Amino acid sequence: MTLIGWVQIILYCAIIVALTPLLGAYMTRVFNGERTFLAPVLRPVERLLYRVGGVDETSEQGWLAYTVAMLLFHVGGFVILYALLRFQGALPFNPAEQTAVPPDLSFNTAVSFLTNTNWQNYGGESTLSYLVQMLGLTHQNFLSAATGIVLAVALIRGFARASAKTVGNFWVDITRCTLYILLPVCVVFTLFLVWQGIPQTLGSYVDATTLEGAKQSIAVGPVASQVAIKMLGTNGGGFFNANAAHPFENPTALSNFVQMLSIFVLGAALTNVFGRMVGNQRQGWAILAAMGVLFLAGVVVCYWAEANGTNILNSLGLSGGNMEGKEVRFGIVASALFAVITTAASCGAVNAMHDSFTALGGMIPLINMELGEIVVGGVGAGLYGMLLFVIVTVFVAGLMVGRTPEYVGKKIEAREVKMAMLAILILPLMMLGWTAIGVVYPPAVASMANAGPHGFSEVLYAYTSMTANNGSAFAGLTGNTLFYNLSGAVAMFIGRFWMIVPAMAIAGALAAKKSVPPSLGTFPTTGGLFVGLLVGVILIVGGLTFFPALALGPIVEHLAMLAGSTF
Amino acid sequence: METSKVRKRMPVSTLLDAKIVLPAIGQSFVKLDPRVLVKNPVMFVLEMVTLLTTVLLLRDIVQGGQGILFELQIVVWLWFTVLFANFAEAVAEGRGKAQADTLRLTRTQTRAKRLFSADNPERFEMVSAEDLKAGDVVVCETNDIIPGDGDIIEGVASVNEAAITGESAPVIRESGGDRSAVTGGTTVISDRIVVRITSSPGTSFLDRMIKLVEGAERQKTPNEIALTILLVGLTIIFVFATATIPSYALYAGGSISVVVLVALFVTLIPTTIGALLSAIGIAGMDRLVRFNVLAMSGRAVEAAGDVDTLLLDKTGTITFGNRLATEIIPVPGVTEREAAEAALLASDADETAEGRSIVQLAQDKYNVRREAAPADAKFIEFSATTRLSGVDAGPRHLRKGAIDSVLKFAREQAGRDIAEPPAFRAAVDKIARAGGTPLGLVENGRILGVIHLKDVVKPDVKDRFAALRRMGIKTVMITGDNPVTAASIASEAGVDDFIAEATPEDKLRYIRNEQGNGRLIAMCGDGTNDAPALAQADVGVAMQTGTQAAREAGNMVDLDSDPTKLIEVVEIGKQLLMTRGSLTTFSIANDVAKYFAIIPAMFAAFYPQLGVLNVMGLSTPQSAILSAIIFNALIIIALIPLALKGVKYRPIGAAALLRKNLLVYGIGGIVLPFIGIKAIDLVVTALHLA
Repeated sequence: MTLIGWVQIILYCAIIVALTPLLGAYMTRVFNGERTFLAPVLRPVERLLYRVGGVDETSEQGWLAYTVAMLLFHVGGFVILYALLRFQGALPFNPAEQTAVPPDLSFNTAVSFLTNTNWQNYGGESTLSYLVQMLGLTHQNFLSAATGIVLAVALIRGFARASAKTVGNFWVDITRCTLYILLPVCVVFTLFLVWQGIPQTLGSYVDATTLEGAKQSIAVGPVASQVAIKMLGTNGGGFFNANAAHPFENPTALSNFVQMLSIFVLGAALTNVFGRMVGNQRQGWAILAAMGVLFLAGVVVCYWAEANGTNILNSLGLSGGNMEGKEVRFGIVASALFAVITTAASCGAVNAMHDSFTALGGMIPLINMELGEIVVGGVGAGLYGMLLFVIVTVFVAGLMVGRTPEYVGKKIEAREVKMAMLAILILPLMMLGWTAIGVVYPPAVASMANAGPHGFSEVLYAYTSMTANNGSAFAGLTGNTLFYNLSGAVAMFIGRFWMIVPAMAIAGALAAKKSVPPSLGTFPTTGGLFVGLLVGVILIVGGLTFFPALALGPIVEHLAMLAGSTF
Repeated sequence: METSKVRKRMPVSTLLDAKIVLPAIGQSFVKLDPRVLVKNPVMFVLEMVTLLTTVLLLRDIVQGGQGILFELQIVVWLWFTVLFANFAEAVAEGRGKAQADTLRLTRTQTRAKRLFSADNPERFEMVSAEDLKAGDVVVCETNDIIPGDGDIIEGVASVNEAAITGESAPVIRESGGDRSAVTGGTTVISDRIVVRITSSPGTSFLDRMIKLVEGAERQKTPNEIALTILLVGLTIIFVFATATIPSYALYAGGSISVVVLVALFVTLIPTTIGALLSAIGIAGMDRLVRFNVLAMSGRAVEAAGDVDTLLLDKTGTITFGNRLATEIIPVPGVTEREAAEAALLASDADETAEGRSIVQLAQDKYNVRREAAPADAKFIEFSATTRLSGVDAGPRHLRKGAIDSVLKFAREQAGRDIAEPPAFRAAVDKIARAGGTPLGLVENGRILGVIHLKDVVKPDVKDRFAALRRMGIKTVMITGDNPVTAASIASEAGVDDFIAEATPEDKLRYIRNEQGNGRLIAMCGDGTNDAPALAQADVGVAMQTGTQAAREAGNMVDLDSDPTKLIEVVEIGKQLLMTRGSLTTFSIANDVAKYFAIIPAMFAAFYPQLGVLNVMGLSTPQSAILSAIIFNALIIIALIPLALKGVKYRPIGAAALLRKNLLVYGIGGIVLPFIGIKAIDLVVTALHLA
């Protein structure tokens, strides 16, 4: 571990914290339907879209109508993406002449991008045409990100409103989110990435002759624009198979740092939106603080594990930590930090091979995802996931002050608890359940590249990543099989929507409630005590469930490694 | 109304009372019936998996497998866990029953004199109290027990309500007005009353109370339902966590027996709080009864913990009922002592509360000695026309009374128009501004000064309101006084708000308004005109001395008729919720240690490296699993007293309370099982049990 490493980590956190209130203020204005400085340019476009879509921007929807609108929207998105994948051979912008994607892989990919997972059982440059990348994937990158954000906003409105029947208008929210937040940031971000050296072209792959005289085809394409939204929208689906480790997706240390910032920035800002909308920014900061504690703990362990390497490497004279599977231009700290960020948020972009991390270093990304990616988390999804844990925390601990539990003025009662538990229990069901099948079902076992605990970790990581809609992989595992394509699609679909529907039901129930004014007898949810409590509940309720699985995977692998055996 | 009187409580049965414990042990087995247990999902699941392991054990015994002794011990302790949970509930119910039996005794023996016709109180038949129906008219004479709740339609009697309230002083009950309600089980001490029964047996307050404390009519409260959902959710999560382990073990090349899996599952699911949940609820209701408050539902007790605003009547609750003299202000030229002497003499024979308070004040504050009144003294009683009272003793004509009347008297005595001294007017104005009542004092034609009469706030209320404020509860005083007087008393008593010149409609409007702002309101009342407000309030405590209408409208009845008891009611409600929260936190926090006990033991056969996770250094895998199971069972027994007594509530503010409870039940819940399991492991090892 080095000083410069710690400086980079601290600088990263400081910039995120500084950006949170600024972006939070702007996003609050956008979702409150107020005028922003971009209105002169974007307002006519917005109006036009409503007119074309027949949307009355003044009318609002109840939670059910809002959810149904969102689901219908996704059915449409799925059909378009699936069709593009299946018919890509017959469609234009296909200089590399890619052929139709097989049905099971198309199905998996469509669900993957729809659910903001971006699990990729294919190599982008060897499978997909420019048209599919742009019209299919980039398009879903925007919309799945916007969906996550607007759902979080709808839940926030549930907390903020009193005796209300509606939680907003899905069509208006998703339009404003895309137009006023995602697009402007992405335009600037794309230009920055192009400056850093990322290609942005519709021209065909470049053929080069290497020094040895061999022919090499170098893949290019409209990369920068897709990378921008892939990071900002915590999608993570790379243009290239090597994702952010590829020099054309992440060429420099600076591009790497800014990409890391872009993963967290919207998710962190949403905590501030929450605080502003419920009328007390400290409520938002408390949530961000709880996220921060879990994040820093993860970074410290992961950085420590990678920087120390393993005694096997050290005994071979390879000092300087574990560099296996890491890009030299990023080094250990930027790789470890990136790995924690990408799994804390539901991004899933990778700039190093998580499979090659040390056992404990690789366990941190796993734990991040098992907790449900609530440490900043996927844009929107992280906040509503975190709020589900807040509900459980407030309910259990809130009773200890001798009142029916309340959070930001809303009483937490049977319905909220039921929905929160329903959403939370889906994580162990999908993650542990599919792993249990994956490690014994012969066609699935055939996909494993490594034996023993490491092979176990690969399978656990895959289902954890898919259920949590992360999309990063522990490599090693061969994912493009019928079993993994289908089971993965189920895990991703349930992991996304089985969370969303209960969360929206909570939004509806909360919006309808009266708001209780705070008093001295009210459970305080802004101080360090609450932050500690929330972290404790997350680790005990959310984390301990995975203790047996972690013991059989990374923990036993680490212990075996100490004894000198590897897998 | 006195608040300083000692509250007589119902007898408290101790936990180790054999009369409760022995039947409770029997009940623990009766409650094994799955149809009973299914109401408590966590315990039901526990019983089902215990049955499963029992069947497996029997199979192994028949087939002669290995490790039967270990398996047997696990199964036995699993059954103990279920029984301990049942025992906790049975003890709570038993304590309630013990109280109910005392109450029931009075009721079953009661014979009633039912009238053939309400017009003729001489012709009646003897019937059992149980046979009475609403609308029946009975006559109750001296030493009769009133057979059921009702309203007096004729007569007046003094009634001993000790059976219900524990208060031995008899109270007067009479037809018409606010004191016409009588309660079944109370005794007529003198005179004769005709009572129209208002509730059929089985629905009277006594019956309702009996059923509630027995737990027979217990329904889950909203918070209990929510908590049960949480516990069910956690149980399901742990089903996933344990059911997937065999497959992982298979991959790792090992296998895990079902008994061990069940052991892990049972220690992880929240059995502690699951076992104690209903005991906590019953005990909360029980505590309230011990405070002589009857709640009509568990929901009402829970709501009491949530109360944000307390509506209190001024008279009798915040102030003593009467105005008392607090100061004598002489006009210039008259000494304080002179004025005090005159005031004492003028009030010497005045038996009103005000008069007595003047005598008291003169003696205590101004050191005037009370001497026998002069022989020729002639006491002038207060009359509504003169609005004066006083004494004529020889040449001295002393009067005290309303300011105008005093001035008029002075002028008459002097036979001329005398000017009102400016200092006199100033003192009068000052008293009026402070919300008090000025009483003029005059001797012949000479004005002596002003006596300050005021509503005296009870000495301890200010502290109690401060305590309430620390709990986060706002107090509101209701009074018929004008706003000036009300404001003065409100500031002196330290209430947060007041409603002056309050009408029943005002109260109702205030409650609705506060509720509209999301607040929960508690109030107490006794009169018929309080009924709408009592019904509207979230917690309405009706006074036992109040009318039937008021009692029907409230959701609690205070048998002591002490309005300040609302504060205790709130505390009991809070205690109930706190106990639930604390034990839930404790139960969940326990899981950390249990994982560390069982996981290394479970996988020891194929991943011996995981032994480093055995941080407690438990001797063998079997002993580790057995110790965790034993701890899990014993902790239920250990926590029964706490569940019944409740976690102590202190009005120190939510943040401090949370910190304290979190430290004890959260951190304590993580640490304690590490110690407990280790200790049990030492015993288990020493006894060679595993």
